[in-house]
Amino acid sequence: MERPAFEPRIIGFFCNWCSYRAADLAGTSRIKYAPNVHNIRVMCTGRVDPTFVLEAFARGADGVLIAGCHPGECHYMEQNYKALRRVTPLGRTLRRLGIEEERLRLIWASAAEGPQLAAAIDAMVEAVRPLGPLAWSENWKRSPAAEEAVASAAREHAEAMEVSP
Amino acid sequence: MLGIDDKILEVDKAFEIVFWPCVMDGKVRDVERLPDRSIDLCLFNGSIRTSEQEYMAHLLRAKSKVLVAFGSCAHEGCIPGLANLHTREEIFHTCYLDSPSTENPGGVVPRTETEVPEGTLRLPLFYDTVQTLDQTVEVDYYLPGCPPEADRIWEALVAVLENELPPKGSVIGPTTTVCDECKRTRSEKRIQGFKRTWEVIPDEETCLLEQGLVCCGIATRAGCGALCPQVNSPCIGCYGPNAGVKDFGARMMSALASVIDATDPDEIEAILARGVPDPVGTFYRFSLPHSLLRRARGSSGGNGRKEVRHA
Repeated sequence: MERPAFEPRIIGFFCNWCSYRAADLAGTSRIKYAPNVHNIRVMCTGRVDPTFVLEAFARGADGVLIAGCHPGECHYMEQNYKALRRVTPLGRTLRRLGIEEERLRLIWASAAEGPQLAAAIDAMVEAVRPLGPLAWSENWKRSPAAEEAVASAAREHAEAMEVSP
Repeated sequence: MLGIDDKILEVDKAFEIVFWPCVMDGKVRDVERLPDRSIDLCLFNGSIRTSEQEYMAHLLRAKSKVLVAFGSCAHEGCIPGLANLHTREEIFHTCYLDSPSTENPGGVVPRTETEVPEGTLRLPLFYDTVQTLDQTVEVDYYLPGCPPEADRIWEALVAVLENELPPKGSVIGPTTTVCDECKRTRSEKRIQGFKRTWEVIPDEETCLLEQGLVCCGIATRAGCGALCPQVNSPCIGCYGPNAGVKDFGARMMSALASVIDATDPDEIEAILARGVPDPVGTFYRFSLPHSLLRRARGSSGGNGRKEVRHA
């Protein structure tokens, strides 16, 4: 039986002033692009705490896309640079744990760049697809023999530690 | 625990100590025979990575009224938690087969059961992952720190005796950061590059972060009295995150992002590559098991690629 192709689930953090408007523009322009990104609107990419990214992965996202205003054009002056300074160490940390760099992407998209944002989303989906599901929480599953081993400790204490009179 | 010096005699007066392997002769069998919830207070230190440790966690949870995760290992995983970068197979391979000084021609690795003429020898099962106490059983309170400082231990004991405990599930301790306890002078932080600790002898008055050292005090819960900065050493975060912070490393990354004075992507990358060459070791030195992070299946090389190493 043919298995369905893997559809990556990507969480997107889009800033209110630029990239979210770009997504809106892509929509009103009827541009077709991959439906895999779940958009979350934040006022600024500077609002995106690294914890949000980690939570997204922990809850089953296969990728996280953060899209903000171009450098120099942040509505709140410089906070997109802060996003960059957060994502850089976060990306390096994730790579150390074996999480591929394609899964976390920070891009810039101005409000007028509907087609460019759509293309960037398509590119990200196609970059994540061959990597397969991240399935993060599966990776620290309990050892299958753990139950038996823990029960065995009680039995061993009973056998080994009782001193017969 | 013995850091409280002669106050230990007060503890001895107030409590009957039923089990303390480091200090007195006690048998697990005697603990097993106690009625459930008959131990008023259990200070449990150590993380959980073998079946024996898990067994003790379940046993002491059942027998204790109040279970406290004592110290960084029980609270967050602590430094042994960094083993979570690797699988058990990788660890066994390096420890027992592959290290330069290992001579193990028979390829002997620990096994849970080994038959010998006298019978079966048993070892606990070594898990694939280090977990914290609260990922194993329900924990009532936490005393963070590597180690918890004597004054905080004493305050916690007094709180238990006087029944003045915070809500269940809390850390017993301050809710500010190490900066609050640190006496160094602080001004604006605009850091253009980080220094490694061996590169500089810091001056003793100015904030260490401002001098370019990666001091985790900005993200770390107070309670130690900023002991490390007092001796010219940057905080490494052993007290874990402050209240309300879910992931210590994420908080630390965010804090550093606020003080780095650069806007060019290449420059930012260079500052971090040089100043924080080991991001997991710096941001998650104590907190990897407790964090939201997970290693990817089959990862090894640390470069984001799923490499299958030699078996």
